[in-house]
Amino acid sequence: MKIAVLSGKGGTGKTLVSVNLAAVAKESIYIDCDVEEPNGYFFFKPKDIKSENISIKIPYVDETICNGCRKCGDFCKFNALAYINSKLLVFDEVCHSCGGCVLICPEKALKEKPKFIGAVQRGVSENVTVITGMLNTGEASGIPIIKNILEDIPTDKGFAFIDCPPGSACIVMESIKDADFCIFVAEPTLFGVHNLNMVYNLVTLFNKPHGVVLNKCLKGENPAEEFCQEKGIQILGKIPYDKELGTLNSDALISVRENKKYHELFFDLLQTVTKEVEHAAVTNS
Amino acid sequence: MIIAMPVDEQSMETTVCQSFGRTPYFLIYDTESMESVFLNNSGAASQGGAGIKAAQTIVDHKVSALLTPRCGENAAEVINATNIKMYKTINDSIKDNIDALNNGQLSLLDEIHPGLHDHAAI
Repeated sequence: MKIAVLSGKGGTGKTLVSVNLAAVAKESIYIDCDVEEPNGYFFFKPKDIKSENISIKIPYVDETICNGCRKCGDFCKFNALAYINSKLLVFDEVCHSCGGCVLICPEKALKEKPKFIGAVQRGVSENVTVITGMLNTGEASGIPIIKNILEDIPTDKGFAFIDCPPGSACIVMESIKDADFCIFVAEPTLFGVHNLNMVYNLVTLFNKPHGVVLNKCLKGENPAEEFCQEKGIQILGKIPYDKELGTLNSDALISVRENKKYHELFFDLLQTVTKEVEHAAVTNS
Repeated sequence: MIIAMPVDEQSMETTVCQSFGRTPYFLIYDTESMESVFLNNSGAASQGGAGIKAAQTIVDHKVSALLTPRCGENAAEVINATNIKMYKTINDSIKDNIDALNNGQLSLLDEIHPGLHDHAAI
């Protein structure tokens, strides 16, 4: 079962929720798809790390064969190719690695070379297999890294928790594409509601079963909770605005491994999520 | 001398466009014959690399100078691979800029911005 954890902005508690749910399960996989700034591994401190470099393909030209017909440049929707002074210029960072120019070149003057954009690290932390996507600084898109991770998730390890990047852009869509269930993490503010609405719209578009974890809950009104009631979104659990939990988290400790109270909180949440995922599987089958 | 300028409409009375890559039109102007031609910028609505496409158009029209308020780094790389000189416009009047160029009052554009690419899109 693949469970994606997402939110419309950073700092709502995606990593807190996905790390602790993964740690409280008997056996699980934690996947950090926030490749621009992965931080789940700070908590898990995984051992036996195996690292795999990820590359994309970028075209290069054999100038002795290119006759300047410019079919490649006309084809490229991203304008990654220019033909200047009888020379083809390739803009690596504009290229989306579709391979179209290579196919279309009548002279077969274009070939592809790998360009490293980041890595995937796989390690173990007690009961959790930890997979981390890491995009090199300055690269335009982490999607190839996420594709690499998600096409090959072991299925014999129970739950897989996907810690998504913030927002609702392409990179988030790629992260939730194959998820069986989506958990939103929401803050109790009007801004939190706005961001919750963004991911709610996205997940509804993808027709994924979903529920909300209300984080940083205080006494008194909670606009995110009101929003959920209004839209009929299932509330899976509430995490209090709690100094002790905040301190553990900022010390990069896994709360469920440190304190029984939080073990219970996330264990209950996992039970609720399990029930909802099973229910969704039955309804959708 | 043939020069190019990003412009908002197809008229000598229109204004200089603030964007090079996403300008709707280019004015191609001959400073000797004073003839003007307006080109559609086919890259204006493209998903990416608009500056590269626009620069390709300018290069293909064999101009000697480009007058523009700004230029991104990819477009500049294309332009700088040629002998085209890039000048910074002084205001949004086409006439003022042509006069300034003729009088040798335009300075070269040396500030190249890193582009306005919408990669993060959070």
